[in-house]
Amino acid sequence: MAEAHPVGFQWVMEAKRRGAQIIHVDPRFTRTSAVADAHVPIRPGTDIAFLGGLINHVLQNERDFREYVVAYTNAPMLVREEFHDAGDDDGLFSGWDPETLSYDTSSWQYEGADVAAASGDRDQWDSDVHAPSARIASHRQTHLLGQSEGAGSGGARFTGEPVRDDTLQHPRCVYQVLKRHFARYTPEMVSAVCGMSPEQFTQVAEAICANSGRERTTMWVYSVGWTQHTVGVQYIRCASILQALLGNVGRPGGGIMALRGHATIQGSTDIPTLYDLLPGYIPMPPKHTRMHLADFVEADSATKGFWGNMSAYVVSLLKAWYGDAATPENDFCFDRLPRIDDDHSTFTTVLNMIDGHCEGYFVLGENPAVGTTNSKQQRQGLAALQWLVVRDLQEIETATFWKNGPEIETGEMRTEDIDTEVFLLPAATHVEKAGSFTNTQRLLQWRHQAVEPPGDARSDLWFVHELGRRIRARLADSELPRDRQVLDLTWDYPTEGPHGDPDAHAVLKEISGYRVADRSPVDGYTQLHDDGSTACGCWIYSGVYADDVNQAARRKPAGGESPAALEWGWAWPMNRRVLYNRASADPEGRPWSERKAYVWWDEEAGRWTGHDVPDFEPDKPPSYRPPEGAAAQDAIGGNEPFIMQADGRAWLYAPTGLADGPLPVHYEPEESPTRNAVHPGTRANPARQRFDRPDNRYNPPDGEPGADVYPIAFSTFRIAEHHTAGGMSRWTPYLAELAPEMFVEVSPALAAERGLEHTGWATIVTARSAIEARVLVTERAKPLRIDGRTVHQIGLPWHWGPNGLVTGDAANELIGISLDPNVHIMDTKTGTCEVVAGRRPRGPALPEFVESYRRRAGIGTS
Amino acid sequence: MDPLKLVRRWPVVRQLTGADPLGRGEAVRSNAPEPWTPRTDEADTVTRSVCPFCAVGCGQRVFSKEGRVTHIEGDPDSPISRGRLCPRGSSSLSLVTSPSRITKVRYRRPGGSDWEDLDLDTAMDMIADRVVETRARTWQDTDDEGRVLNRTLGFAHLGGATLDNEENYLLKKLYTALGAVQVENQARI
Repeated sequence: MAEAHPVGFQWVMEAKRRGAQIIHVDPRFTRTSAVADAHVPIRPGTDIAFLGGLINHVLQNERDFREYVVAYTNAPMLVREEFHDAGDDDGLFSGWDPETLSYDTSSWQYEGADVAAASGDRDQWDSDVHAPSARIASHRQTHLLGQSEGAGSGGARFTGEPVRDDTLQHPRCVYQVLKRHFARYTPEMVSAVCGMSPEQFTQVAEAICANSGRERTTMWVYSVGWTQHTVGVQYIRCASILQALLGNVGRPGGGIMALRGHATIQGSTDIPTLYDLLPGYIPMPPKHTRMHLADFVEADSATKGFWGNMSAYVVSLLKAWYGDAATPENDFCFDRLPRIDDDHSTFTTVLNMIDGHCEGYFVLGENPAVGTTNSKQQRQGLAALQWLVVRDLQEIETATFWKNGPEIETGEMRTEDIDTEVFLLPAATHVEKAGSFTNTQRLLQWRHQAVEPPGDARSDLWFVHELGRRIRARLADSELPRDRQVLDLTWDYPTEGPHGDPDAHAVLKEISGYRVADRSPVDGYTQLHDDGSTACGCWIYSGVYADDVNQAARRKPAGGESPAALEWGWAWPMNRRVLYNRASADPEGRPWSERKAYVWWDEEAGRWTGHDVPDFEPDKPPSYRPPEGAAAQDAIGGNEPFIMQADGRAWLYAPTGLADGPLPVHYEPEESPTRNAVHPGTRANPARQRFDRPDNRYNPPDGEPGADVYPIAFSTFRIAEHHTAGGMSRWTPYLAELAPEMFVEVSPALAAERGLEHTGWATIVTARSAIEARVLVTERAKPLRIDGRTVHQIGLPWHWGPNGLVTGDAANELIGISLDPNVHIMDTKTGTCEVVAGRRPRGPALPEFVESYRRRAGIGTS
Repeated sequence: MDPLKLVRRWPVVRQLTGADPLGRGEAVRSNAPEPWTPRTDEADTVTRSVCPFCAVGCGQRVFSKEGRVTHIEGDPDSPISRGRLCPRGSSSLSLVTSPSRITKVRYRRPGGSDWEDLDLDTAMDMIADRVVETRARTWQDTDDEGRVLNRTLGFAHLGGATLDNEENYLLKKLYTALGAVQVENQARI
């Protein structure tokens, strides 16, 4: 955190000054470790074993926050008799189908209730919902379509009333299921898998238990490294289970803080330029023979909780996009939305480019030619395009692959043979345009425009608006339905400035929502309706323009009087700073302790009050119990804080929504230096997404022939002086000078074994490629002891590429694509390789060198 | 310059010969013709902004003079950053004023060996033509079994994470209307 989010880290130091204990769990000893109370080393890819060990410690010693757990989590819910936990040997839950490599999740459900996976292939559901094959196909479809992401935000459909045992004694209640499941993760097992000592592990376990409960809270902070695994979603699930058991969710000083890596990556997820989502985590509709808006909403929305109002969110979105053309008679133009039927994520899309199915590509402020895993494959995709539009500040590698890409040097591509037409358009910087960023805490902050961009440089807002205008002009006379949907789009934004930039305020107003009749802004999503009377571009952002004021531009010094800084910017939803903060009070609405008071029920005023905007209906008393047949938020009791969940509770066990199990299981990564000690019968996540093709070969894992060709484990990391793949830092003189060269961190032991010299060169080779880096011999890189043998690991920063003031090989060249099955995020944090002294071969000798290793490992011969 | 004059400007000489023997005033004042002032004093506008690097969201104050950015520093009012910026955030001025920034459209024709110049307006027209043409040719109304698709897989988008919410919103809106579903961003990578 001190490296990648230095200024955010000041608050960790502030907490330390006030007595907080800081524990840093990381494979490497970093600038964070240097100021932490303890550094706990861990082998990359084993965090589920570590977190599972902590959960086991909490459960075996009954250190959970029992009142919180009984009232606010699904610990008391009974799981169906058909459910079987992951087996000791095979690590597989009930419902596994080895044919399709996917689960039928029906046995994972609660007893007495159905929590249906969202979406999937609805026609198949209709026709033969009870046939197991249909169920599996449908479930697999759901995950290919990425629609568990909607379920993750609570959108799972929920019918019936689950059977509960509030004493937590029933053998099939979630609490007991959990206890049995995590019993495998003993301190000794954790030590054997993760590499830390049992004593180190127990110290951490004791520290978090001692710092949780009524009077104290523990916070977990992770960066996106946790998500970049084939089991990334289950990493986060594991932390959620631990925090919910300890009562550390919805309370000040608690939670799981996701430190995202880029200015508004949260914003680009909320207002998603993502294939599987519409704004506000509404799933993209899947292909179908007959589906109307009502069916779509019915299949996807929860009947309980705020997702119960999904029809209002969808209709308001369609009204924002299609204006007067969207009427109740034509289903508000719902049939005009494109349909998805597969994984259309960026990795699959690039394979489609290579295979000739996708011919045009817009790349805006992104640099896949060095920034995406298996970069060579990315460049092969670029080279197969008919046209490519790149918008950036500098001549980044994605724009120049055709003239100086690594394949030109090796002779694998020839410039004159590359038929890609490339448009490189200069973009405006963050100070040359107005707009909002959403930071990692869901906070929208407005940037005002300081100056005009130089020359032909324009904002992306100008670009998309202008592109839309020109496309519409070309289609103006068309009567084709597919063109009408472009022409009917509301695209009449007021423009300003010398270049005719659309007014960003007007766009934010549309995102926030308004009443169609008089275009007056709504105060928030509770004012949205499904009758066409309101329009709203992103329901979770609704209210950011309440009272016709740009709330994101608020800049009261220090955020005003409130400790939550409520008057600085605007956090979604409804300016709430801590999500689910109703849980900071007990079921009766009283703070769990005075020390940790945050939001509570004021009996006299008949309202929730406190230091934050309550994440609860402000006048719903703790004593409220939903009447029979209540729906949406009315079905949430006054003692159920998790208002987006279909059952109002935090999920220790996920009865639906995940592709790879209702509980986290330790699996080894795609390429690991060892076998799976927890479940010897199943090495890696069986549901992970693989692409075993000539342009994406995998190193053989431990125990298979050829594994010894790539005996060293590697992981990737960031440093404070560079940003991501370097597009914003390698052209900057100060940053370039601070960290001028690609390097590799190796231990003195490995350096001695391989003859590597400090500041000399090393070549790192995998089945994908080979790169060179300066050698940094440091005690920070520690060899691992696994099963009584030594496994070396190295660390690679990934900020370099062939262009810029400072150049170097990209770490992404080395990594193969294997994805988490839920969210299609790639594993970049674990892999195996070989390291040799000296620089890598040049020209055609490079692919020959890589091939020689592949041959020795027997890769691609079968 | 007269060498003697140069010697007389030397602070220690001024201290010994002038009216400031303790060297606490006139004798040690800089020889610059005018007292130096920070470039923040000369700015004609100060604009509130947000750092474009990581997702912490530190406040920035952008100083500019005559339409050019002259300085970027931390915003002390921000409850997030309290005026601080890290090495990356502190480099924002270099990012914005970099001499290697591209300011003209660059065009590479199929098979071409170098960049060519292209007028922005022409480039926009050509890009619009490409989209319309690709979309028409790759349009899918339904799949083989008659299920509605209403889309194209003929072109794709990949966006970075410094695109504003407003920009992402219009991109998603336009692409969805065009039937493009392969729309992705840094969040998955």
